[in-house]
Amino acid sequence: MSDATLIARAPVLVWARRYPALVALLLLFLFDLAFTPHFISWQTLNVNLTQVATIVIVAVGMTLVIATAGIDLSVGSLMAIAGALAPMIFLSSLGVAHPALGVALALIVPVLVAGAFGFFNGWFITRFNVQPIVGTLILFIAGRGIGQVMTNGNLQAFKNPAFQFIGLGRLFGLPVQTLIMLAFIAAAAWMLRRTLFGRQIIAVGGNEKAARLAGVPIARVKRLVYTISGLTAGVAGLIVVAINSSSDANLVGLGMELDAIAAVAVGGTPFTGGQATVVGTLIGALIIQLLRYTLLANGVPDAAALVVKGAIIALAVWSQQQGRAST
Amino acid sequence: MNSTDRDPKAPLLAMRDVDKHFQGAQALRRASLEVHAGETMALVGQNGAGKSTLIKVLTGAYHRDSGSIRFDGGEIDFASPQAAQNGGVSTIYQEINLIPQRSVAENILLGREFKRFGLLDWRRINQEAARLLGRFKIDIDVTRPLAHYSTAIQQMTAIARAVSFKSKLVIMDEPTSSLDEREVAVLFEVIRQLRAEGVAVIFVSHKLDELYEICDRVTIMRDGRTVRVGAMAEIDKVSLVSAMIGRELSSARERSTGFRDGKAGAGAEVLDVNGLGVGFRVKNVRVSVRAGEIVGLAGLLGSGRTETARAVFGADVAEAGEMRIAGERARPREPSEAIALGVGFCSEDRKLEGIVPDMSVAENLTLGVLPKLTRYGVVDEAERRRIVERFIQRLSIKTSSPEQKIRELSGGNQQKVLLARWLCANPKLLILDEPTRGIDVGAKAEIQALIRELADQGLGVLMISSELDEVVEGGDRVFVLSDGRTVAELSHEQATPAAVIAAMAHVEPQGMSQEVGQGASHE
Repeated sequence: MSDATLIARAPVLVWARRYPALVALLLLFLFDLAFTPHFISWQTLNVNLTQVATIVIVAVGMTLVIATAGIDLSVGSLMAIAGALAPMIFLSSLGVAHPALGVALALIVPVLVAGAFGFFNGWFITRFNVQPIVGTLILFIAGRGIGQVMTNGNLQAFKNPAFQFIGLGRLFGLPVQTLIMLAFIAAAAWMLRRTLFGRQIIAVGGNEKAARLAGVPIARVKRLVYTISGLTAGVAGLIVVAINSSSDANLVGLGMELDAIAAVAVGGTPFTGGQATVVGTLIGALIIQLLRYTLLANGVPDAAALVVKGAIIALAVWSQQQGRAST
Repeated sequence: MNSTDRDPKAPLLAMRDVDKHFQGAQALRRASLEVHAGETMALVGQNGAGKSTLIKVLTGAYHRDSGSIRFDGGEIDFASPQAAQNGGVSTIYQEINLIPQRSVAENILLGREFKRFGLLDWRRINQEAARLLGRFKIDIDVTRPLAHYSTAIQQMTAIARAVSFKSKLVIMDEPTSSLDEREVAVLFEVIRQLRAEGVAVIFVSHKLDELYEICDRVTIMRDGRTVRVGAMAEIDKVSLVSAMIGRELSSARERSTGFRDGKAGAGAEVLDVNGLGVGFRVKNVRVSVRAGEIVGLAGLLGSGRTETARAVFGADVAEAGEMRIAGERARPREPSEAIALGVGFCSEDRKLEGIVPDMSVAENLTLGVLPKLTRYGVVDEAERRRIVERFIQRLSIKTSSPEQKIRELSGGNQQKVLLARWLCANPKLLILDEPTRGIDVGAKAEIQALIRELADQGLGVLMISSELDEVVEGGDRVFVLSDGRTVAELSHEQATPAAVIAAMAHVEPQGMSQEVGQGASHE
């Protein structure tokens, strides 16, 4: 019996071909159930959800960028800027004199600043018509420098429960950053499907020339997409420093751009643009996170975990191509 | 050259009873095709008739379900187009599939580079490429990137590449669609030369005149079957077309396009362009369109037709001249500005500049009008569905559902979706660049009739076409461009094929352009 007829007879397999990432996540989950000690516990769930949240939030912005056939290397550096800015605000004389205002500004201003840097990415890319990988390389390098200059390279340690609520607090029994993550996922998924902007993102990635001739404002769509990517990086930066009770511009968001890109790739959004799935990105991030946890919990050293992570990306790309070939 | 173990009267290629089906659709049903050495065989049929599938089965891009293919004395089943090329069958596809960034020489000799001591011997590669192009009377710098040259040169490069494989059979899939008349003549010269050398050619084209000029015999396909084979000389145009589309044409009709005469009496001017200059392609163009009329824009390839259209639409920015769109002075810098003034534009390249291939029919159809269907940024899905259904019905677009991906539709139906993209925005002026290129005969007439209907309803249409019949029969007025200048404006009555050709071939632009152009006082 050929492969094709076998698949045609088993709906489960058809489904598995269409959603390879989800299957991988389930398999990993089953493996953990069987082999990983103390896997079923609130603690495990919490650790994983907390750790994955920032990656997912950044990856949501990255998904939109990649849907326009672009890429954003600057997100990790923008996290560092936002993370450096927030303590400076609530530790300033104004922030100390008016704690509520200080925290509010510390939550809003850094995100807007990161968004502004994101807009710069989009402006630079569209104005000078440069490759996104080159355009965002500028802030990838300079952004972390800006963060360090702002803080004189010092580590800022702090204790501010109101601000740290976004990283340490809980609502309805779930970590706050997990809820923020879910809100970003839902908003982006809805936006992609239902709004003019969402459809224009897909059109720009699907065929930029055709979109332009149909009146789609290419430059505006791209600038907005990079701005959103900056905003999501800003939010993630705040969460990271809130969890750590400290901000170190050398370290906040380090390597995040690659984690986010990996989550998008494993999740099934093609890098050629024109298609996007934020739910896929969530699944992709969960796979990478759970894999890291599984290896760690079973005593596999971190170095080996990196190799496995790479292998997973290769596997994800392969399985997506299989899925596409069969349809 | 021929293998000695072969009966000289047996055909070089004999495909018999070839079946091929794709999920749910029978693409070929016992199709057959025979070509003799030194023969030029026309292969015709509507889109979806099975021509492309038959060719792909032959060249190994697809594998047949059943049937036999004999070539050059033996049963064959090529594993890939590459294997077919090595086996003596070369194909030139409609869409040029070369590497634009690499040099012309590399493109011609790709995969067979001459090496010396393991390194590429560039001198020999370039010499050989120049020699091969020389056969086509083309003398260019072969070390420059292919993208540097015009579409026609790129096409010739593809042909030179195919011919250079010392093929016994060369398949040309609409090779003339981007060539002007002079280049077509050169191509035909090459085909005659190939014929003299005993090479067989399969020539796929929608342009009937070309078939009659160059082909010996014709194979007509319909619905995956081979419905008629015969000598070109024994099949007249009317019976050829009716065999293709499977119904008797009302042969009393003289005209060959779907255009009827317009209801005369055009309205206000929707476009008035004077002294337009863009880059080095458009030097001094004058053209105008009134509401309710179709204006044909004729000219050889490279005469500045497309560039003129793109400048009016804001896809490129005009550098000189005056432009009025719907009475207002304008010089759009982006398509969105022209669209806001009520202009629509269908590019000549549906695939590259028209469709968003992975989006659905519905999404492609509403891509332009979407901002108007949006409230607070959110798309009104119900309204969108109504519009999509209305236009699918009105233009009888054949699609399994509005959610089908547009790339799965035939060329004619894709074009209808792109027309609908503009029509639902209710434009005043619609610019159509080669609206029926690469579309089968049936759908072509339908689209032409539709364009006329739209003009009758008050739309101003500026139509660029390389097909003389289309311009002559469709145009209420015809502007003829030559070398970036408007050289003639003809009324419908004046615009006979002879008159348009005479204007296009006008070798001394000075005299004419002084009569009609604005910038009459050159130095």
